[in-house]
Amino acid sequence: MVQCILAQFNTSFAALADATRRGVLDQLARGDASITELASTFDMTLTGMKKHVGVLELAGLVITEKIGRVRTCRLGPCRLEEEMAWIARYRQVWDARFDALDGVIDELKRQEKARGRKKRK
Amino acid sequence: MVARKESEAHRTTVEKKSDREVVVTRTFDAPARLVFEAWSKPELFKKWWVPRSMGMTLRSCEMDVRTGGTYRLEFGEDPANPMAFFGKYIEVVPGKRIVWTNEESGDAGSVTTVTLEERDGKTFLVLSERYPTKEALDEAGTGAQDALHETFGQLDELLTELSAR
Repeated sequence: MVQCILAQFNTSFAALADATRRGVLDQLARGDASITELASTFDMTLTGMKKHVGVLELAGLVITEKIGRVRTCRLGPCRLEEEMAWIARYRQVWDARFDALDGVIDELKRQEKARGRKKRK
Repeated sequence: MVARKESEAHRTTVEKKSDREVVVTRTFDAPARLVFEAWSKPELFKKWWVPRSMGMTLRSCEMDVRTGGTYRLEFGEDPANPMAFFGKYIEVVPGKRIVWTNEESGDAGSVTTVTLEERDGKTFLVLSERYPTKEALDEAGTGAQDALHETFGQLDELLTELSAR
């Protein structure tokens, strides 16, 4: 399960590790764009831009749709920051609770041990 | 190094399984019956459900942890104006499983399932919260379990303090 989360985040982080790809996301946040438009904005070849968009698509950060001969890109459903903030908040609550629960359980273990010693006596 | 590995294995993980379900896992260094005991006796439950770091006061805690039983937790300093959380235990298997409803938000309420699995004297806990809609889950995130949200600032401070140690 942990591996699964890590894999998910790794894909997203790898996607965001590149300055051009972050730029593409920034651009798409302002409006949808075709691969051709993106390539020209970032002064790249079509092939190069296709690769970047492919990585973003794999991470769920971008969705592409081909209409006629034009492939249009828009932001995908995976809004990483929101998602991570949401999970972090959720985790804080449970983490704090479970740390406190550790304390209660330790106490129970001590009591049980003490009772065990009494019985043997 | 070994100690570090161990603490990592005990760490709380949170994963969104779908638009409507979140799963939390954690390992406890104790047999399942003790984890269950801490979860099912009000006097023990009170000690950890709202850790001091959250800055909330659990004013009252009534729980009848058996299938069909109910619970009611009241928070806040003002008895006339309590913030209440309540619901019903829809399935309880001692030492193994507790399932309850969260009814304070009406139709948007989630169902929480806790399962305990004992391995070599340790307990692997899986807690799943299922919401009726994606919106209800998103809301639970932004409201962060309603009451607790307000105190995240304090929690943040405490966590910063702890990590600075």
